[in-house]
Order: sequence, then C-alpha cells, then structure tokens
Amino acid sequence: MALLKVKGLTKRFGGLLANNEIDLEVPQGSLFAVIGPNGAGKTTFFSMISGFLNSTSGSIAFDGRDTTRMRQDQIAAMGLIRTFQLVQLFKGMSVAENVEVGCHLATRGGVAAALLRPSWFRRQEAEVHERARELLDFVGLGAQADLDAELLPYGQQRLLEVARALASRPRLLLLDEPAAGLNTQETDGLAHIIEKINRQGTTVLLIEHDVGLVTRIAHRIAVLDFGRKIAEGTPDEIKVHPEVIAAYLGVEEAAYA
Amino acid sequence: MTSLAITSPKPAARLDRFSLGLLGAGALLFAAVLVYGGYLLTVMQLAMIYGIFCLGLNFFMGYTGQASFGQNAFACIGGYGSAILCVQYNWEPALALIASMGVAGIAALVIGYPTLRLRGHYLAMATFALGLITYDISVQWTSLTQGYMGYAGIPPLGIGSLTVEDERLKLLCLGGLLLVGFWISQRLRDSRFGRGLRAISGSENGAAALGIRISRFKLIAFVIAGLYASAAGSLFAHTVGFISPEVFGPQMVIVTFTMLYIGGVGTLIGPVVGAIVASLLPEIFRSTGRFQDIAYALVLLLMLIYAPKGLSALGALFRPRKDKGEA
Ligand SMILES: Nc1ncnc2c1ncn2[C@@H]1O[C@H](COP(=O)(O)OP(=O)(O)OP(=O)(O)O)[C@@H](O)[C@H]1O
Ligand SMILES: [Mg+2]
Repeated sequence: MALLKVKGLTKRFGGLLANNEIDLEVPQGSLFAVIGPNGAGKTTFFSMISGFLNSTSGSIAFDGRDTTRMRQDQIAAMGLIRTFQLVQLFKGMSVAENVEVGCHLATRGGVAAALLRPSWFRRQEAEVHERARELLDFVGLGAQADLDAELLPYGQQRLLEVARALASRPRLLLLDEPAAGLNTQETDGLAHIIEKINRQGTTVLLIEHDVGLVTRIAHRIAVLDFGRKIAEGTPDEIKVHPEVIAAYLGVEEAAYA
Repeated sequence: MTSLAITSPKPAARLDRFSLGLLGAGALLFAAVLVYGGYLLTVMQLAMIYGIFCLGLNFFMGYTGQASFGQNAFACIGGYGSAILCVQYNWEPALALIASMGVAGIAALVIGYPTLRLRGHYLAMATFALGLITYDISVQWTSLTQGYMGYAGIPPLGIGSLTVEDERLKLLCLGGLLLVGFWISQRLRDSRFGRGLRAISGSENGAAALGIRISRFKLIAFVIAGLYASAAGSLFAHTVGFISPEVFGPQMVIVTFTMLYIGGVGTLIGPVVGAIVASLLPEIFRSTGRFQDIAYALVLLLMLIYAPKGLSALGALFRPRKDKGEA
C-alpha cells in the first residue's frame, strides 16, 4: 500500500516550473530516494509534501488522507516529519534539549500540566529525557548531549537533526540531503543509521546527491531533472537508465564549460 | 567512533552555580534594604514590581524570541483596572488585581490573534502602537481614567481587614509575589510547553516541522506576558497608591527593556537580576550629583559591551569548557 501518493504535483515560481506534474507513490515500509542535479526541484518537492510550500496544482495524499492544503504542524502530527537541507537547529538549546523538542508530538500536556505537574506529566518528562539520550546514542552523539547545539561541527548537526526527527516517532521520514557536508566515514555511518531506521519500520524518503550512497541503500529511486520526474525504478534500473546518465553527464559537462 | 563517557547521568542542573550566586546577591541586597529602610524601600518595591513585569516579558521576548514594545498596555489595564474597581466600586484589592488580569488576558488574546501574524520589525511596530494607543486612551477617556489627574487613594493590598500598610511589610509581600512569579516561570520553561517556545526562537521552521503550532504557542506566550504585566500594573497601583497615564507610558518600555537586557534576555533569572540591578544602580550614582545620568549610561554601555547576553550569561565565562567528546 502506498503511504504517500503524489499526483501531478506542480510548483511555479514566477516563470520557473520548479516541479512539473510529478507523480510518485512511496510504499509503506520502503526506503525511497529522490535524486537529481542541483536545482532539479527536489527540495521544492519536499517542501510541498511537508506543507511548507503550497503547490500550484496537483494533489498529495498521506496515509489515505488528502494533505494538499494542510498546515506543516497538521501534517507533522499525522507522522510525516522532515529535516532540512540547511539545518534548522534550535539555537540556544543544548543537544539533548533539541531532541527533547522532537518528542513534542509523542507527548502531551500544555501550560496547566507544566504548572500542576501531575504524576503522569513528571513520568513523561523523565521518559523524554531518557529517550533523548537513547536517540543521541543511536546517532553517536551521546557524549555531546549537554553541549550547546550550535557548537557542534556541521556533520554532527545533521545527525542531530535526524535524531530530533526520530524523537517524534515518524511514520514517514523525509531527509533532505542528510549526507551533505559529511566525510566518507561519517556518510557510511549515516547510511547504516538510515537503513536501521527503515528496518525498524519507518518509511524513509531521502533526497541525496551522493548517487553511490543512494544506489547502495535505497529500494527504489526517482530521478528529477528540471522539475520533471525523468525516471523511476530500482537502483539497478536507474544506474543504466539513459536519460539519468545524460542528466548527470550533462551536469558534469556544464561544470567543465 | 569512540565516545567518551563524560555525560552526567542526572539531568543538567536547572540553575548553575553562577546563577544561584547572582540570585543570592539579589537576596542579600533585598535583606540589606529591608534593614536599612528609608526611601530605598520604595526603590526595591518598584524593583520587585518591574521584576514581575520582566518575568512575563521574558516569555515573549526571551523564550519565544518575539519583539513586543507594547507590553506596557497590559500593565496599564492592570493599573487602571485596580484603581477604578477599588476607588469607584470599593472592590477588594486582591479581587481587583485578579479581575484586571482576566481583562488583560482577554485583551492580549484578542489583540494578539491578528497581530502575531506579523514578524520582526512589523510586530515590533504593531506592539509599540498598541502601547501608544493604550496611553492615549488613558489620557483621553477622562470619564473612566480621570485623564492626566489619574487616580489617588488606591488602597494597599490585603485580605479583608488585614491590609499591608507598612512599607517593609509591603516590600516583603512584593518579594514573595516575585518569587511566586519566578517559580511559575521556571515550571513553565522547563516543560514540554517551554521547550516548544524556545524551539520557536531557535528556528520556526524546525519547530513547525516537529508539529509545534507556532501561532498558538506565540499567542499563549503573549497572553502570559500580558498577565504578568497586568499583575505588575495592579501591584504598582496598590503599592504606590497613585497612578497616572505617565506611569504606563512609553518610558516603561525603555526601562523594562534595559532591565531584561542587563539581566539576560531568555535566561531564567535574568528578569529578576536585571530589575534589581537596574533599579539600584541609579541610586548608587545619586552621590555623583548631576553626573548621575551620565554615570548610569556609562555603566549600561559597559555592561552591553562586556556582557552582551546579560549578567546571568556571564557564568558561561567561568564554566570549564566542555570536552567535545572526540578530538
Ligand atoms: N522560494 C523560491 N522562489 C523562487 N525560486 C525558487 C524558490 N525555491 C526554489 N526555487 C528555484 O526552484 C528550483 C528548484 O529548487 P530546489 O531547491 O527545489 O532544487 P534542489 O533540487 O533541491 O537543488 P539542490 O540539489 O541544489 O538542493 C531552483 O531553480 C531554485 O532556484
Ligand atoms: Mg535541495
């Protein structure tokens, strides 16, 4: 069954068609990747799915419900959680606190509970602290828990964003270039983490530039170029797809020009 | 990757030693003033009231990271609410304070709902206008507010026939109320709700992606700030016994901003420390006669240069740098 179903999704920025009639179905439990050259429209696509951008036309259904016009927080509350290409850490909070914020959707209680602190609330707070530590250990940031999040090196900031997203117990996790800025060793670690997240039952939709990484871990890949989906298939199919090769070679040729 | 086990098993202390030290110093000053007496009692009373105001302001400006230059509007509602209800209608001061807070809370809700869509400079302008409008109303609507004359003879706080008339006792009560306000702010800050607010000031997009309802959280923070401000306005009325439009005019914004920034905006103890320091400093310079204002301004400037994040953030300088875990 498709957990995410996108039909004819289109985004126009003035004269630019950033996304042009994109169709995509992400099956429940899969590890799905979206690749494409710079400016292909990948982030725009994510932003529409997660409610950060309104689409020009087309429809998005998550878990059988139409989410095309929903707000970001409503979509997040349904279990669709994204990370950002430009990390969006909570400045002024520690590494652990960043992950604790991630527990927001998995917990409850507002002003009244914070003031009165009934026993369920105290228990929940203790669980939140504990869960944050567990998730930090999971991504390998356990030792940095009390550090100011801003002080983390860039690669670790990305890992923190992944841990934070996991804290909300997502059903579909959208990762926008999580390996950007990571060295090869860190990228390998990240690939391992993403596979583990997926094996534990979370559907993952991943944007990535590193084709090597994607063909290694993704079950299925969609390729965007100039706002259009030019191909979709298994990693083996994509590797030999003529249009894909052309799109990537085109980029390299342009880079030499 | 080897991770060194330097993480402490217990959750990080809410208040580090430096903050506790600052609070202790504040308590000592408080005690000294209580013993010494004289006009410093009034200075310290006002410091407590401003402290309550700043605790609320800190929710909106500090934790949530939004600009409000119009929080004096809610102090105005509190002050006039207390004055009108007690002087015209003979209400119990404590009841008048609570009723005024109710009115201020509803006003904050109604005003905040459309206004908080604005961001940054626009929000600052809109809130500043709000303060000006309230000031104008308090001047112009003379049948209700008695215009520039203001209200005199506002009764002091008390329960039934037990009223707090003695200046020392007044200061003690205000100190107690400030502590209650502080306690509430600490509880709210260190909770799911408080983390949500602080996440918004860190990154609105990041917070929204994790399911936090930005506009709702901002609105609640605005209402909390309004409730604190209203309580402060009422306490001013009951403590001083007299209010006029000037009390809640634009200079209140400047005074409270100074306090919040001296103490440390967004820190737990900043509002309290800032209110005490900024209230007592001018008194210390009083001996310098006509250079008083210059000396005060100079010290403020030095503080902003050397402690840009406020006095309570200075503790970070003394804290040993934490190991980053790996070389
Ligand atoms: N808010 C915006 N307003 C106008 N144009 C935009 C906006 N956001 C993106 N674009 C344009 O839309 C196109 C697609 O951008 P997008 O960020 O989706 O690409 P991408 O595939 O994520 O690229 P990258 O690999 O560099 O992250 C680009 O040409 C970009 O300049
Ligand atoms: Mg992108």
